[in-house]
Amino acid sequence: MPPTDTTPEKDAAPLRGSAPGIRFEKVIKRFGSNTVLRELDFTVAPGERVTLIGPSGSGKTTILRLLMTLEKPDGGLIFVGDDPLWHMDRGGKRVPANQKHLHEMRKRIGMVFQQFNLFPNMNVLRNLTEGPMRVLGVPRDEAVERAKGLLDLVGLADKIDAHPSQLSGGQQQRVAIARALAMEPQVLLLDEVTSALDPELVVGVQDLLRDIARQSDLTLLCVTHEMTFAKDISDRVLMFDQGQIVEEGPPERMFGEPSEQRTRDFLQAVLAT
Amino acid sequence: MEWDWSYTGDIIPDLLRGLRYTVIATLLGYLIAVVLGLVWALLRRTPNVVVRQVVRWVTEFIRCTPLIPQLFFAFYVLPTWGLTFGKLTVGVLMLGIHYSTYMAEVYRAGIADVPRGQWEAAKALNLPRTRVWLDVVLPQAVRKVIPTLGNYLIAMFKDSPLLLAIGVPELLTSARSVGARTFEYLEPMTMVGVLFIVVSVISSILLRRLERHYATN
Ligand SMILES: Nc1ncnc2c1ncn2[C@@H]1O[C@H](COP(=O)(O)OP(=O)(O)O)[C@@H](O)[C@H]1O
Ligand SMILES: [Mg+2]
Repeated sequence: MPPTDTTPEKDAAPLRGSAPGIRFEKVIKRFGSNTVLRELDFTVAPGERVTLIGPSGSGKTTILRLLMTLEKPDGGLIFVGDDPLWHMDRGGKRVPANQKHLHEMRKRIGMVFQQFNLFPNMNVLRNLTEGPMRVLGVPRDEAVERAKGLLDLVGLADKIDAHPSQLSGGQQQRVAIARALAMEPQVLLLDEVTSALDPELVVGVQDLLRDIARQSDLTLLCVTHEMTFAKDISDRVLMFDQGQIVEEGPPERMFGEPSEQRTRDFLQAVLAT
Repeated sequence: MEWDWSYTGDIIPDLLRGLRYTVIATLLGYLIAVVLGLVWALLRRTPNVVVRQVVRWVTEFIRCTPLIPQLFFAFYVLPTWGLTFGKLTVGVLMLGIHYSTYMAEVYRAGIADVPRGQWEAAKALNLPRTRVWLDVVLPQAVRKVIPTLGNYLIAMFKDSPLLLAIGVPELLTSARSVGARTFEYLEPMTMVGVLFIVVSVISSILLRRLERHYATN
């Protein structure tokens, strides 16, 4: 959610804690014969900021992609707020979600990708207005105002007419963050959003996300290997390995004195790079 | 055999009349091919398996058989089913339909080339299906294939003399009837070549300009 001054009064930013939580119940995900998530259970409280860490291939991205409905689970239930994401109630029975249900559920969720994925055929403004106008039915003027407010927030007001190819990676990622926020999601998913950036551009994007985390009430699910950043923005850290939670806790303890050997090994390996 | 300049001058008006048919047939056929090709490409991505497979095999069939029998089929067989068209109409339609199956492949490749991340970003934004296609995928796909689509204009132009088979009075037909009248084929046939080269070169230049325009914007 953007800062309150850019939010229309009618849906002014609610207090932190009113965003929906997330619950995974025995979630199974396979790719062919490779079972990536094996009856995974975990909960994220409303408005909570959770960072997922763990070695490459441990299933962190898969978790975010399941939430964004980019992948379909093979079993179990995923709740966003009180409603199952991939199922709906029909006559008291739980049936697979149809497109309409998925569309409604997706409105609660936004995602920022490692590779930005801005639309190269649109300028920055259009990247930010496309969703609000085409999906939320926001009138053009209002969508443009909202886009301008968000560009101010991400520090790129002067790039409103630029095309993505004319921007640095860091600028593209900040536009991508603004694009996600323009949809006013209640849950924001961040998948290694700084790992494709040149080192000198990482800080700018991290600072922006810190601000957003401070100013909004979003439920935040974040995959990152940047420990300082994770410490700053998260309430809780989950350590994954092979699709299982190895250990969890507040960031100070997780990074300071992890109790599991696998966590210690992982952190050691990350620090070494 | 001597080249006769005054004879050449005399036949030019006849040839230009033929060239007009050639150009019209090519442009109209091209328009059909560009639009219909996109329709095939989109139908091949519909969720309906039956539609997908039917379109796939029909276009495959048209693409892998020569244009001449297709022209003959439309010209001689369709009328026996009560479908009668003029020569030029049949020629334009069949040229367009034949090439649309090539264009379909071009569009298909362009669509397949749009990175997965674009589809995913569109989904994450919750864009409805039509918007994903119209605003995100097609603009990127079409832009990438514009040079290839342009080359097909020239290919179709060069294939248009095949319309002679059903008696469309295009350039080659005019040259042949001039020759049959005078028993002098050297000048008319040479001029056919010259006119084809002139038009092709001009079109290539225009196409390249168009390409540059899209490359910079
Ligand atoms: N589309 C896919 N097809 C096949 N295997 C996949 C696909 N996506 C992910 N995987 C596999 O799932 C496992 C978890 O991947 P991922 O969730 O990307 O891990 P992480 O983000 O923690 O590095 C890996 O073994 C990966 O190879
Ligand atoms: Mg990953």
